[in-house]
This record gives sequence, C-alpha cells and structure tokens, in this order.
Amino acid sequence: MADYSWPEAERRALIGSRPARLDGPVKSTGFAKYPSDQNPQGLLAAKILTCPHAHARIVGIDTSAAEAMPGVRVVHVIQGEGAEIQWAGDEVAAVAAVTEEVARDALRAIRVDYEVLPHFVTEADRDGAPDARPAGERTEGDPDAAFATAHRTVERTLGMPQMAHMCLEPHGQVCSWDGDELEVHASTQAVSTLGGQFATELGVPASQVRIRTEYMGGGFGSKFSPDRWGIVGAELARKAGAPVKLFLERDQEVTVAGSRPSAFARIRASADEQGRLVAWDSDSWGSGGLPGTGQTPLPYVFSRLPNRRTRHTSVPTNLAGSRAWRAPNHPQACFLTMAVLDDLADELGLDPIDFLERNLDLTGRADTYREQFAIAAEMASWKERWQPRDRTREGAVHRGLGVSVHTWGGRGHSSNCDVTVHPDGAVEARIGSQDIGTGTRTIVAQVLAETFGLELHQVRVSLGDNVYPQSGPSGGSSTVGGVTASTRRAAQDALREVLVHVAPRLEAEPEQLVAGGGRVFVEGDSSRGMSWREAAAQIGGAPISVQGRNPGPGRLISSGVGGVQIADVEVDIETGVVQVERMIAVQDCGLIINRRLAESQVYGGLIMGVGYALYEEWIPDPVSGRLLNADMEFYKLAGLVDVGSLEVHMMTGPGYDERGVIGLGEPPVISPGAAISNAVANAIGVRVPYLPLTPDRVLDALAGRGGPA
Amino acid sequence: MTDDAKRSGLSRRSFLRSGAAGALSGGLAAGLLTEEAAGAAADTDAPKTVGPGPVEIELEVNGVTRRLAVEPRVTLLDGLRDRLDVTGPKRVCDRGTCGACTVLEEGRPIYACSRLMIESAGRSVTTVEGLGSPDAMHDVQQAFVENDAQQCGYCTPGFVVATAALLARHPAPSEQEIEAGLGGNLCRCGTYKGIRAVVEGAGGGGVSGG
Repeated sequence: MADYSWPEAERRALIGSRPARLDGPVKSTGFAKYPSDQNPQGLLAAKILTCPHAHARIVGIDTSAAEAMPGVRVVHVIQGEGAEIQWAGDEVAAVAAVTEEVARDALRAIRVDYEVLPHFVTEADRDGAPDARPAGERTEGDPDAAFATAHRTVERTLGMPQMAHMCLEPHGQVCSWDGDELEVHASTQAVSTLGGQFATELGVPASQVRIRTEYMGGGFGSKFSPDRWGIVGAELARKAGAPVKLFLERDQEVTVAGSRPSAFARIRASADEQGRLVAWDSDSWGSGGLPGTGQTPLPYVFSRLPNRRTRHTSVPTNLAGSRAWRAPNHPQACFLTMAVLDDLADELGLDPIDFLERNLDLTGRADTYREQFAIAAEMASWKERWQPRDRTREGAVHRGLGVSVHTWGGRGHSSNCDVTVHPDGAVEARIGSQDIGTGTRTIVAQVLAETFGLELHQVRVSLGDNVYPQSGPSGGSSTVGGVTASTRRAAQDALREVLVHVAPRLEAEPEQLVAGGGRVFVEGDSSRGMSWREAAAQIGGAPISVQGRNPGPGRLISSGVGGVQIADVEVDIETGVVQVERMIAVQDCGLIINRRLAESQVYGGLIMGVGYALYEEWIPDPVSGRLLNADMEFYKLAGLVDVGSLEVHMMTGPGYDERGVIGLGEPPVISPGAAISNAVANAIGVRVPYLPLTPDRVLDALAGRGGPA
Repeated sequence: MTDDAKRSGLSRRSFLRSGAAGALSGGLAAGLLTEEAAGAAADTDAPKTVGPGPVEIELEVNGVTRRLAVEPRVTLLDGLRDRLDVTGPKRVCDRGTCGACTVLEEGRPIYACSRLMIESAGRSVTTVEGLGSPDAMHDVQQAFVENDAQQCGYCTPGFVVATAALLARHPAPSEQEIEAGLGGNLCRCGTYKGIRAVVEGAGGGGVSGG
C-alpha cells in the first residue's frame, strides 16, 4: 500500500508557513461575488411574510390584493388556513416581484387573520414553563456522602441566554431553473449535501440540482440546510419561470435563522483539604426555542470528577429552533463549570491555576493543559500580577485576571478531492467543499503545491460547487482535516504516477525521485533532475487525474485538542462597565497548515467570545413574544475598540505536528465567556452570575442582588 | 438591469459643472425639503415634489456616469446593488449600524443604506470596487490582504472604504480617531486584530503591510 504522510519539518516549503489567503484580493476589492450578489438576467426579488405572533392559528389568508398588484409575479402561501404557528417570525407567505420594493408592498397587501394563542418565551423561568420536561439524570459514585464530608463547598446559580448567529450575509439563495434543472447560488456551509436536500423537497432528481457557493458571508453552524426559504425560493422561481433572489431581511435573520441554546444551572461543587475536587451536583436547564435542549455536558473538561450527579430539564419556548453554534454546547458547559471551579478556588484560598492543576488528572489531556497553563501564565505575567479577589470597593476601576480551559474534537470529515496533472505542468484540485472564511481554498492549494514542489500561484483550486467530488459540510471544525487529507492522498498518488513516467529519463527508480523547488530530481543528487514542466511533459498526451479520499490510509489527521485562555479586565464599579484589556489564548491543533490563517481563527474566536461575554443576547418580550432586539442596534456585536489586546500562542512543532491536522475553528470560542466572567469576579470580589456581563448585571451583583437572568 | 451605463469621459469636476446635473441636484434638494422649510426659504423657489414613481437621475459611480430611473424610496445601497449591479457594498443591518454598505460620496464616507439614491443625484459615489481591483489594489486593500483582516469577507468592503477614508484624513490616527473612523463598522468573524494592524501600520502617511 502506498504511503501517505506529511513531509518532515525540514522539508516543508509551504505547510506551516504564513501565505496570505488566496481570495484576499477579490474580497478586499469587492470583486468577490457572493450568493447575495448574483444578479442574473430577468431576476425577480422575493420577500417572505412572517407571523407577528409567538403562538397563533391562521384563521384566514387573503392574497388577492397582492396578486393583483402590478409587478407582482407569484404569491405563494406557505402556511394557510388552520395552520398553527409556534413562534413569531415563522413564514406564512412569499411574494416574487420585479423589485424588492414591489415585493414589500405586496407583503403589506396580504391579509392574514390570526387566532392568537398563549405563548411562553421566558427561557430562564423553568418553573413557569408550561412544557418543561426532564431531559436526563445521571449519578456516578456517591455525591451525597462526598458532599457531607467535603472540606469546602460552593453553590451557585448561573446562566447564559440564547444568542444569535448573526451571519452578516443573511440566509438565502438565488434560484434559477433551466427546464427541470435547478441552479442555486446558496449561502451555505454544505455545498455537497445541499443539492440532495433541495431535490427531495422539490421532487426532482438530485443530479439536476446544482449548488454554487464561491464565497459566502458567514455561517457559524447555522447554514447547513436549504431551509424553508430555500425551497420556497425555488418554488417561486419555478412558478415565475424566472430567477428568484430570496435573502432574509435582518430582523428575520436574527429571529429565525440561528440561535445558540441557553444554559442555566444550580451547581454545587466540593473539594477536599488538598484542593481536590470530590463532588459535583448540577441541576441544569435551558432552551433552544421550541425543541428545548438536550443535556449540557457537565462538569466540563473535568469530566472524570468522582461522585457527581447531573440533571437536566428542557424548556421549550415559543421561539424559533436553535441551530449548531460554533462549538455546540461547549461555551455554555465551559462557563457553568469554570465559574463554579473558580469560585471554589477562591473559597479554598487557592490561585485558580494552582487549583485546576491539582485536578488535571480528572481531564483527558493533563499534559497538554499543564504545558498550556505554564505558557499562558508566563504570557500574562500571572504569578506577578494575580491577586486574590478584590473585595475592597475602594476606587472606581478594578482590574482582574481570569482563566479557563476547553477541549474539542476536530477530526476531519469525509472528503473526496480530484487532483489533475496536465501535460503542460498545470496542476489543479477540484473539491466539493466550501470556504466559509476559514481559508479552505488556501490550505488546499498549500497542500497541493507542497506535494508537487511548486509555488502557491502555480496550482489551481476549484471548490464551492457540487459538480466537484463530495466533501463534507463545514461544521465541527472538521473541514481542515478532511480536505487536507483527501488532497494530500490524491496529490501523492498523482505525483507517483508522474514519477513513473519520469524515472526512465533520469535512469532511476520512481521511488528515488522527489519533487521540490519546481523540479523533479533524484533524492540526494539534485543534478540528476528536470524542471516540473519537463517532468509533466513525460506523462504523454492525456492528463493524469486521481481521486483522494478521507478517511483513508496513513496518519494524516487526528482529533482532540486543548486550550487555555486568560482574560485581563477592568471593571468600573460605579457604572458596571466591563472593559476587556487583554485576552491570551494558548491553543493546540496538531499540524498547522497555515500559521496566519490558524491564528486568525483563534483571534476570531476570542473576539466572538468577547461579544457573547459582554454584549450578545436574544431579548424576547414576554408580552408580545417577539424579540425586542432583532436588529444590530440593540443586538450588540463587539466592535473594533471593544476587544482589547489579543495574544495567541499556537502549540506547534515536535510533539504536536506528528498528530497530523486537527480542526481549529471552534475551540478558541469556548473559553472567553468563562475566562472573562472569572476575571470580573477577580476584579470586583463577587460573581456576576449571568452572561452577558452587562452593566446592570454587574451592578446587581455588586449590590448583593442576584438579579434577573 | 435598467441602467444604460457608459463611460462619460468626463472628470468628476467637469461632471459636476455640467448644467444638467447641477439643475437636477438643486431640484431634488428643493423637492426633499419639508413644506415649512421650503416656504421659509423662499417664495419663488416653490417646493418641487418627486415620486412616488421612478425619477430619472444621473450620478457618477466609480468614475462612470450612470443614468437610471429610480423610485425616491430606493436607498443608495439598493440602487447600487439591484439597479446598477455594483455589489461591493453589502446589505447587512440595513439600518445604519454595521457599516457594511459604506461608500464614499464626494469623498466622504456614508452609509449607503441610510441615504436615498435620489439624494446622491449629481454626485460622485465611490464604492470599494472604485478604490482598486485585484490586479491593482489600493494600499488599504493590499494591507487588508497582508494582515489577514478578512475572513468571510462580507464586512470587508465597508471596512476597506471606512479605513481608506480614515487614513486619508488621519494618516497616523490616534485611538480616538480610530474609534470615530471605524467604530461604525462591525465584523462577525472577528477580524479586528488584522484591521487594527492595517490602521496602526499606517503611521507615517502610508499603509504598510505589517
């Protein structure tokens, strides 16, 4: 069997280096055409009418006035008379018209009569929830006995609300039919699987649905399916006999197109006199809208904690269903766990890093965390700067440090990649993956160029189209492992075929030949060689085309990473305002393909983390059942000046590289909420129990009030 | 598309001097005044209303004169994207908050979502595409590439235009100037580290790749 492996460190020309992303120039000049930028000839604009009530039954719907309006081409009822609507923002009807303005006029002309029904949207209120239901209970060891004999115990009620994905490019697509063939320019994370889903819903063979996503404006876990608006868009286009653009308006995007489930918990945790964790009891609940939630994985990271009891209650609400949000469940579990452990360290009179280190045997990767704690502490000058919690209340501005740890899997997904070598030396890869902003296009090109010993600009990568070989959806940090492994296998196989043709000319065996520096030559004797172009010419008149797959032979990828983050904050105890001064992230991800892009993922995770730690939350109105902040004025993202100084250390080199490629998109977004909350507790001497750490919550905590979630 | 765009061959200055454009601009400005304000201004200049039907306008977009008929309610952003197929500026919040639609009007950065297209009649509008192209990037665009100041790239056009405007006014901006110049733009992927490197690498009057 052929050998598949990454080149040794001293032989890597591109892997592990810092090339700029290949699509940087088209993006920074606005020349990149996103799905929402497609304007084919004869395009119609579509808009969706949504239900304003959180729970209602449709009594009647009259679309006749809309249908009669000039410029309106199709009016489509999505949910008609008798339908029960379960959340505000659910889709009721759609219109395709000659312009967006006319389509909006037509929506206003549609009359819908509703019977308004009772609703519940207060996710934190488990006791008041009409449909709350048990969702798992588990006991290991004897927690009651362990609590009874423990040295120190803390008990806290903590939580974080639902929040939005807030993709900047809204969900949507442009659909065009040519006979019974459908082409969809979709803003999606799942190019290879989306076509089949459209086909099933529309009753056409999957072979007749083309998906194209050259660029897309953010997904974060929310863009894996066609969604109802995708199918409706295709139906409108079919009925109209014209292409239809349907992208959600911002209020719809915030309300129905993606949220992260909430998580609340009453937690008790105990330690013995040596600072060893001995008991855990968590009673958690949360909501992901109408479907409720599953069990939150508690205790997080320290999952081998003996004597533990976990209970979970699912709280369904009349809000749109949640979606996978960057590292599903982990940020919530991390915050709930690390906040309680931080409070327990304080109760024990221990430095929290010392306390966590005493318990690393309860984790799955003690050595990694120990190394990462040392590096992060050094970067933060933790030993010199960390002080026990400040309970003095002297002066307005208080500084604090907080720490957190996290873990993630990140194994590469199923992926196929076609690599073709042309007789003129041109090299290309075709892969049904997508570049959601992580740099997939660039890393595939790096693997390709590295394997053939070429420069980055000498290879071509085509992705974002389901005519290319199937590659998995971009979720779970699975893309980098999947696409680099399939590309490497295909490229190594294609190169071996080339070398078979070249070997006789160099009077050598194929196994003696290597490609590097734009040449093919006998290993150890570079004078016996030829240029890549000349080598490729040896293959004859037809190109060599090889498909590589993942999973497959050879140790190219693995999974399982750890990370440590430290937050350094300032809190003004008069105003309750928290300012993140500095975030430090130490992260491993196996073999790094592109240092620059890998660091960008970590910076991005930290920045998104500052956002959900300080600003971001869905605010449903209990009275109307609608979100009060389905916009970007009152749903706050972190801005450029809000994020402080960011410092990233990547664990790379011997001991890490041999593990192969592991995904990185998700782990760095897990710890910021916990680290920042712990830093605030360190600064002001009291735990602010809920995220985001808005001024009102900080002031409530300082005043000794728990405050509302 | 309803536009009949063509290269005008005129500079922006001569375009603005042209009588037709000047008259159109003045007429529209008067038409957009409230009745009281217009009455107080001058009896002879009776307020002129336009719309709700399409209004013929001309404006200069990235150095090209564009003529089109557009309803007064159409924003500059939607007009650029939907009528003129100039899709660099992005529609994200559509409420003057996120800055993804930032363009230059007469060299000044504005939110294209918060301006009616007819208000830009007779004026010059520069979008991110007008600053440079992939083969001939503006210094700021080059610096965005070199500092990896973009991920999904959907906020990037607005950030690039806002950054170019900031650095044109303040070649070595202070923290307050950075906040004023870029505080009105938002990114979701978290590219602020790179954007800050673009801006802070700009000290001394030029943008360096850092």
